[in-house]
Amino acid sequence: MRKRLGWFVAGGLLVAALLAGVVSSFASSSPDGLDAAAREGCTFDADDNITGGTCMAQQEQDHQMKDSPLADYGIKGIDNEYLSTGLSGILGVAVTFAIGGGVFWLVRRRGNHDEHENDGDRAASGATSA
Amino acid sequence: MNGVAMHIANGIVNAQVSAVFAAIAAAALAICVWRGRADLDDRLAPMAGLVAAFIFAVQMLNFQVLPGVSGHLLGGTLAVVLVGPWVGALCVSTVLIIQCLLFADGGLTALGLNITNMAVIGTAAGYLLVAGLLRLLPKTPRGVAVTAFVASIVSVVVASQAFVIEYALGGTTELSLGTIAASMAGAHVLIGIGEGLIAAVTVATVARVRPDLVYALRRFRTTRPAVATQKTVGAQA
Repeated sequence: MRKRLGWFVAGGLLVAALLAGVVSSFASSSPDGLDAAAREGCTFDADDNITGGTCMAQQEQDHQMKDSPLADYGIKGIDNEYLSTGLSGILGVAVTFAIGGGVFWLVRRRGNHDEHENDGDRAASGATSA
Repeated sequence: MNGVAMHIANGIVNAQVSAVFAAIAAAALAICVWRGRADLDDRLAPMAGLVAAFIFAVQMLNFQVLPGVSGHLLGGTLAVVLVGPWVGALCVSTVLIIQCLLFADGGLTALGLNITNMAVIGTAAGYLLVAGLLRLLPKTPRGVAVTAFVASIVSVVVASQAFVIEYALGGTTELSLGTIAASMAGAHVLIGIGEGLIAAVTVATVARVRPDLVYALRRFRTTRPAVATQKTVGAQA
């Protein structure tokens, strides 16, 4: 059971890495629904600076993390766009799984696994530590 | 490098209202940790990590919905079906926090707004729909797929309107709220359909491969005889 869950999670992570690492380069680069609504009513120059009109994005400020090495889903210093986007995506999947999975593992309910008949060794070790 | 901004940026909603929603988001997440712990066992914890990583990946996949307008999955409904409402909201929040801190997507000042809309309200709306629909639909791969599709559309539109409320409270530019609400709703119905298709394919796949890992198939009450549940138990034994 534990082993099979491990394989399932590994398979899922592989799919996520492929989506973030490869498919992401072919995603639409148009502004998303929110961003498009925020820009409605303003005119923009080639550098995306507001040149006139009234819109929600007028008072928009820079991101505090804009100098992050991963800012805007790329890796600073890698000029190849596919490589930069793809690697940042794979890194994002890895970090999200590590931090998310790590925190969920730490706060999980321990011991007393009566309702799950298949928890095997983990349930046993949980019971001894409880 | 394409400048991708997918969530609310800094300065769209004023600092005071952003701070209020940061407090609301923090309180909501605390409740989710408290209630989510009851669901989080040795099996759900790694699954929740996977769901968060998967949502991060799919959020990078913007799809065109109108000329010049794209959209991406928010993930609340998908998370509800796979890991339940409390842990699901935490999964979406994890993604938003990492996107904000590492990828400079979604302002730090606006993080509370983004978490409130997508992780709390979007997930809550998805949960209500999923819990309701699974009383009527069969707990089969096809049943959860239809559920995820419909719930995703509603969840995305509700989340988009939560932004309109925040903008009404603290918008930094004088604009017609009706126009904003209509334009957000219009785009997000289409985004919701896209999200619904992705969520439906994902949950149907998991339900076929490992029905025991689908929270919605284990937990939500159903008025029909639980054929699928019996099958699941049989497969495990």
